[in-house]
Order: sequence, then structure tokens, then C-alpha cells
Amino acid sequence: MHYALFISTVVAYALSLALYLIFLNTGKALTGRLGTLLLAAGLVMHYFVLLERSEGAHTVPYHDLYGAMSLFGWLLGLTYLGLELYHRQRSVGALVLPFILVFFVAAHLAPADKLSPPDAHGPTFAFHVALNILAYAAFTLSCVLSLTFLIEERFLRNHRMGDVVWRLPPLELLERMSRSSVLIGLACITVGTAFGFLWVYRLSSKYSFYDPKYAVTLLVLILYAVYFRLARTTAWRGARASKLCVFNFLIVFLSFTVVNLYLSANHRFF
Amino acid sequence: MEIVLVGLNHRTAPVEVRERVSFTADQARRASEELRSKGILEETLVLSTCNRSEVYGVPPETSRECAPGLSTFLSEFHSVRMDVLGTSLYHHYDGEAVRHLFRVAAGLDSMMLGEAEILGQVREAYRVAHEQGATGPVLNRLFQSALEVGKRVRAETELGARPMSVASAGVKLAERIFGKLHDRSALVLGAGTISEQVIAQLRDRGIARLFVMNRSKERADGLAKQYRGEVLPWGEWEKALPVPDVIVTSVSAEEPVLRREAVERAMDRRSNRAMFLMDLGLPRNVDGTVGKLYNVYVYNIDDLTEIVAQNRQARENEIPKADSIVEQQVGKFLSWQAGVELVGLVNELRTKMREERDQFIRARVASIQHLTEADRTLVEKLMDEILESLLLGPAQRLRGEKDLRRKVQSVEALRDLFLLNREKS
Repeated sequence: MHYALFISTVVAYALSLALYLIFLNTGKALTGRLGTLLLAAGLVMHYFVLLERSEGAHTVPYHDLYGAMSLFGWLLGLTYLGLELYHRQRSVGALVLPFILVFFVAAHLAPADKLSPPDAHGPTFAFHVALNILAYAAFTLSCVLSLTFLIEERFLRNHRMGDVVWRLPPLELLERMSRSSVLIGLACITVGTAFGFLWVYRLSSKYSFYDPKYAVTLLVLILYAVYFRLARTTAWRGARASKLCVFNFLIVFLSFTVVNLYLSANHRFF
Repeated sequence: MEIVLVGLNHRTAPVEVRERVSFTADQARRASEELRSKGILEETLVLSTCNRSEVYGVPPETSRECAPGLSTFLSEFHSVRMDVLGTSLYHHYDGEAVRHLFRVAAGLDSMMLGEAEILGQVREAYRVAHEQGATGPVLNRLFQSALEVGKRVRAETELGARPMSVASAGVKLAERIFGKLHDRSALVLGAGTISEQVIAQLRDRGIARLFVMNRSKERADGLAKQYRGEVLPWGEWEKALPVPDVIVTSVSAEEPVLRREAVERAMDRRSNRAMFLMDLGLPRNVDGTVGKLYNVYVYNIDDLTEIVAQNRQARENEIPKADSIVEQQVGKFLSWQAGVELVGLVNELRTKMREERDQFIRARVASIQHLTEADRTLVEKLMDEILESLLLGPAQRLRGEKDLRRKVQSVEALRDLFLLNREKS
């Protein structure tokens, strides 16, 4: 059952990617709609894969690298689907699907975790982890959107109108989508971090501030808040804001990888 | 049930001839009525646009016999001598007529490859003819299929997707930056022909506010009135530039009209919101360094012409795909047509065989004295059963097998084979 579900999910994501690519290349509306449907189907199956994995744990499967990566891919897909439906724009699907697919497959190839599971259970902790991973997924999405903006903007500035440029979303829509994504990320990381502090307080009756992860998370929060402000009102709107968004994601990437794996004592894969 | 087409278009006739043979809506109705009342055609449809005048019809006899009469009718209807029309007119029959119409609906036969208007014109011509009662089962099916071809080609290929004029390319580029233009404003400097083309495109795309600025206020007033715009006094750059998202310049001037400093100040005042400048003047109206300003996109006439050339090439690359859709649909239509005709032919054959049976019974069976009335009825019944069993198989196969219908090249040849045409005449 597990293997069949895994293969079906990979096939759904791969077909969705192919359809999104065809849509980007040809602009055929039906292909785009089918791409969205297959992405939705893939996300439903992915959910059951996660559920199967977490069976017995009765919580989000975040205790190992598999869980963190797979959950990240799922939340990335979910966030993208939400933005696609909200902004009625599916041209970016071809650029987001590879990330979802890679995270889903890589999660299955990840080595078994030799560390013992952390002493972490309960809804507060689950919310803390799920919301923070959702924030990382939203920041990843905003990075993809900002990169797309920068590429399209470069083409438009240099008057190089290839086939694909006519298919990409308008620059201002890419900016709006990126801001929406960052807004989701900011809200999730704020609430998720608050849940984390609450959980630590319940566990030890005190608030702990000695983890480097806290400093990096605060930095991420500030940087994205600055981006959100600059991208809307000042001379930064446009390419400058998009470059800042890409830079911010580098910090997120460091937080998700180097800080989690090597610097933080309390955070592993989220 | 053959189809005939007689007409002329931009490839076969110069505009001087086309304008003499074009039909107004009333003329098209009148021509349809006359063609049917004179017995030239049973079903008719007139398609007349600025680039073509075509009459489609289903003749009572064969299509080739009807074509000369149709040409003469066109000549007399428009009072144009046949020697003027002769070299311009084309005649297409059956499959070729179907293919021609499908290519027209797809935009493959248009002066501007892939243009969208032709599909609307075909739809309108069909609506008029249908309401008039001039079409019948064949033309109804033919034109419904043509509309389907047009839709499919536009949905499945890029034939009509890219802008093909400088004005539309510029407006499409603005949409690459801003998205829909419903909440945007535009300023047009100059009130010449090209400015008017851009204004028409902007209005088509739903621009929210339109400002016109021209040295001659009179011309600006005229344009503003025609396209629901507002006139701004010439030269008031400080007031005019910060507001619009799209600026179009087409002014005759030796020096650039929009200088870097003026645009820079405007960008400051609009908090660096993106600005798209379409410079259609020659010499250029926008200072060459304006394009270097942050969030300012400048396209001049050469840039836009280059995009149009690329788009034309891209559209031409789509021709094979569009042609393949046309061929699929032609095959489908001819299969339907053959199916209807062949089923009709089987019915005629059945009637003919029954008549032969009656003659046979009268001539041969009646003379056999020892048969009772019941025996004679039984013989007739048995002969009927043999006839039905002979015809049932082919009739069923004709209804069910598309390939078989396609294989039958000429229903007329079959009619000749069974002497059905002779019987008819």
C-alpha cells in the first residue's frame, strides 16, 4: 500500500509538472487546468503518505529528516495551490513543481534517522513545527516568484521577448503573489514561534532564549517584515525588493539547514 | 448533396474589384433569396468581408454544372462584367470547398495570418443565413463545423495568440508589466494615425483613464471625444507625467520631447511605480537614457517592429498544426456527408429493387397458373425478405463504420452503377 501510494504520488506530481510545462510553452488552458487537478490529486495522496508514515505517532511526522522534507514539500504544494487559485495564475506551476517533487522523492531516499525521537508530543508542539515548516515553504515560494520576476524583468528590459515571456505572469502580479506568500510566511512563523515558546514554557516552566535558532528566526522575521514594507511603498518596489526577497531566502535556507543540523541543540529538521 | 463555392478574395482580386463585388447585409439576404428562387441553389450562404466575397451553396444538380450559373449571377447581381470578374473568381467543389471554408474560419486564409475577426464574421454570416431560412442540413452542418474548426485552432495553436501590429504589440507589452489595464491610466502624446491605433487598442483592453496631449488642441479634442479621453494642455509635463502608467509618444519633433529629468521627477512623484513608455516617433521622442531609469521600460518603434516580426514568424510556425486540425475536421465532415448520402442511396436502391420485384412478379410469376393467391403472397414476402437481407448489412455498415464511408470516393459513381441517376432523371 505504502509503495503503491508513493508511486502514484510521484506519477501525479510528474504529470502535473509536465502539464504545467506544456501550459507554459503553449498556453493551452485545458492543460493548465489538468496540471492543477493533478497537483491537487498529488497533494491528497501525499497527505495519505504522510499519514501512513506518522501512524502510531498520532502527530505530524517531523521527528526525522524524512518527515521534515516530505512535510515541507506538501506544505509548499498546498501554499502554491492556494496562491494559484487566489490569484488565478498558473504559469509559475512549472517552476514550483520541481521543488515539491524533489522534496517528496528525496524524503524517501533520506537515510533512516539514528537519533532517538525527541521528547516532544502534543498539539502545541505539532502546531509549532507545522506552522514553521509552512512558513519556510511560503518563503521558498516567494523566492521562486521573486526569481521569476527578476528573470522576466531582465528579458523585458533587454527587449528579449522569447516564447515563454509572453506566458509568464505580468510583473506586478508576480510581485503581488510574492508579497502574499511572504505574508503567509510571516504570519505562520510568528504564530509558530509563539507556540514553540509556549511549549518550552510548559515543559520547563521558563522561557529559554539560549538557542541560536531563536536569533536566526528573529532575523528572518525582521528581514521579511522589512521586505514586506519596502516592496509596497518605497523606491524599492520592483527588482530591488525581489533581490531582497531572494537574499532573505538564503538566510531561511541557512536556518533550515546549517543552523538546525549543526548549531541548534533543540531543533533538528524544522 | 454536393457543395459549391464561388468567390474572390484578397489573393485573387485587387481592392477595386473586391469593393464592387462585396455584399451589404441586405444585399446578402437578397442574393440568397434570388439564388434559391431562380433554382440555382437549394441552400445558400453569402460570406462577405473586406477581404473576400464568397457564395456557398448546395446545388440541385451537380456542383460543377451549377458553378457557371453562379458566376453569371454574381456578375449580374453586382453589374460587373464577366471579363472583369473572370480571372478573379475561384470555384471550389465538395471537399475543396469544405477545406477552403475551414481554412478561412481558422484564419489561415486571412490577409493577416490568424486574425480573430474572421471567425466572428463567419458566425454572423451563418446567423443571418440561418435566420433567413437560406441554409439547410448541409450548410448548417458545414458552418457549425467551420466554427468548431475556428475555435479549435485558436485554442490548440498559437496562430492567433501574438500581437501582429506595432500598436497591439505595445499594448500587450504593457500588459506584461501591469497585467490587466482596467485600473491603469495612459497618456498619449500626439494625435496622428498611429496614436489613434494605440488609443483604440488601449480602449479595447479596458484602460481606466486616457489622457491625450497634442500641439493642435483641435485634433486632441476630436480624439478625446471619440475615445472618451481627457485632453491635457501641451507641455505641462510636471502635471501630466506622474499619473499615467503607460505613455505613448508619436510626435513629429527634432529633439526628444520627454527628457530624462522630467521622467525622473515623475518617477519620484509616483513612488517608483513602474512606467511603460512606447516611443513611436521618428526621430525618437524619448531621451535614450530614460530606459536606464529604475522601473521605467522604454520600447521604441524598432523594438516593437522586431517583436511583430518575431510574432509573425511564430504564427507561421503554427500553420502545420492548424492545417492538421483543418484536415481532421474536413475528414469528419466528408465522412458525415458520405454517410448521409450513402444511406440515401441505399434507400433509393431499396425502392428501385421493390419496383423491379413488382415488374418481375407481374411478368413472370403471374403467368404460373397453378399458384394460389396465398402462394403468390408467400413468394412476394420471400422476395421482400431476400431484398431486405441483401440491403440490411450494407446499410448497417454504412451507419456504423466511418472508415468505410471515407473509402467510398464517389457516391455519384455508385448511383451510376445502379442506374439510379437515370431513374431519377
